[in-house]
Amino acid sequence: MARIGQPAGGAAPALGEIVREKALWLFETLGPFALIGAALIAWEVTALQKAIDPFLLPAFSTVVMRIFDDLITGKLLVNAALTLYRALVAFGLAASIGVLLGILMARVVSVGWFFDPIVSIGLPAPKIALLPVFMLWFGLFDLAKIMMVAFSASFQIIATAWAATRSVEREIIWSARSLGATDRQILWQVILPAALPQILTGLQIAMPICLIVVLVTEMVMGGEGLGSAMLRSARFADSPGVFAGIIEIGLLGFAVIKTMEIVRRRLLSWHQEAARDETTV
Amino acid sequence: MAASLRRYMPLLLIAAVWEAVTRVGLITELTLPALSNIIVAFWNLLMQDLLYQTSRSIMRGMSALACAIVFGTAAGILMAWYKPVRILLKPVIQCFYPMPKSALIPLVIIWIGLGDSSKITLIFIGCLLPIVVSSFNAARGVDQVLIWSARGMGASESEVLREIVVPASLPEILHGIRVALALSFILMVSSELIIANDGIGFLIGFLGEAGDFRGMFAGAITISMIGFLADRLYLAATNRLLAWRE
Repeated sequence: MARIGQPAGGAAPALGEIVREKALWLFETLGPFALIGAALIAWEVTALQKAIDPFLLPAFSTVVMRIFDDLITGKLLVNAALTLYRALVAFGLAASIGVLLGILMARVVSVGWFFDPIVSIGLPAPKIALLPVFMLWFGLFDLAKIMMVAFSASFQIIATAWAATRSVEREIIWSARSLGATDRQILWQVILPAALPQILTGLQIAMPICLIVVLVTEMVMGGEGLGSAMLRSARFADSPGVFAGIIEIGLLGFAVIKTMEIVRRRLLSWHQEAARDETTV
Repeated sequence: MAASLRRYMPLLLIAAVWEAVTRVGLITELTLPALSNIIVAFWNLLMQDLLYQTSRSIMRGMSALACAIVFGTAAGILMAWYKPVRILLKPVIQCFYPMPKSALIPLVIIWIGLGDSSKITLIFIGCLLPIVVSSFNAARGVDQVLIWSARGMGASESEVLREIVVPASLPEILHGIRVALALSFILMVSSELIIANDGIGFLIGFLGEAGDFRGMFAGAITISMIGFLADRLYLAATNRLLAWRE
């Protein structure tokens, strides 16, 4: 595109401009890291100066030492593995049932009729309020936690799978049918691929819900895991433990969500969205 | 009327089966109280302190959400509009966005304690991020042509922001607030289950531990219905607010 107001032939930009652009680029790429580094240093200095009660804000180095400690004693691994196990099993359960039910709702009229009001009421309702009910039904151990998490996440998955299947264009189904595809072939080779991007979006929304709810169930019922370890630290006024827990959970959440993004890109490498720019944040 | 009856028919069916199965005794009272008993328990709770406890919860949730909406939309739009703000806030948001917000419950306990403000803070932080992210994405996605034309016609920066950017990004911002509304109910109930001495979440947990399962079911259904109604009300309000489109 020719720039208006520039002499024809495009004179080289002035040296000052290049330097400024480079500096801006450097600032933008390094800025975030510098900012986080500065925040951590500020945290450390404030805590070391005892400007804030060390109970309210333990030094960053103390928290890092604590995480290191947890790592060596194996507590961190055990707790993270337990939390992750509960969240992922529940997620798998919710995903398999949810996607299946969502597709059935869109394809079979009676299933759609039956579950439509249930999903439309259940989706916005705070399912976590049923936690005491799940404790009553399934006890206090892993089963109750997994069921609660799966129940909380499943509505989102059902709703998106349902909407995704309904929004598959009629024309491509008709074309497949007129070319002689069986119902099974249409489902596997036309509907599923066409609905996949939206189904994956639903799964990506459901994953954070799983993590939120698994921590709450662990806090309420105990039974180890990152959530219950954190709440125990809070009860025993062990603030480095609480901060360490937040960082550990933050890293876990980050890893899980990034993995979902990578899986999405792999599964949808054929889709036009792969060529688009990444959305921000 | 007939259409909505047909639509909600499955719920009536479930209610009938529920009542029948518990009356006949296929499922014991300790597992699932009969629906009619739960309705009676609901009425009794209503006569006692259900309204008070629910209003406490709603008050917490709504005040936190209101703060989150004000700060979140402002931060999101400013981030999209001014580069320094973006450079300053983006890393913070990228750090905190993937974190499950319930991890903050123990932190607000040691920082703020067990009162109202700890739960309000928790819900505020939890709802802030979805609102910031959606308003940031919305304000960035505003059609550049609109902004250029407004500038070309002599609008000042603040006029462009007020007259173009905010209305154009409103639909997406409102959608982000809807997500935050659902999240506020989740965080409200779960924080009350863990740390509280009043509120509907506390009431449900308390009744469950006391073995009053009818009351517990009644409480859980009540707050679920309130969450559902809040979402529907919000949706209706959004549609009115966006009626100028098309």
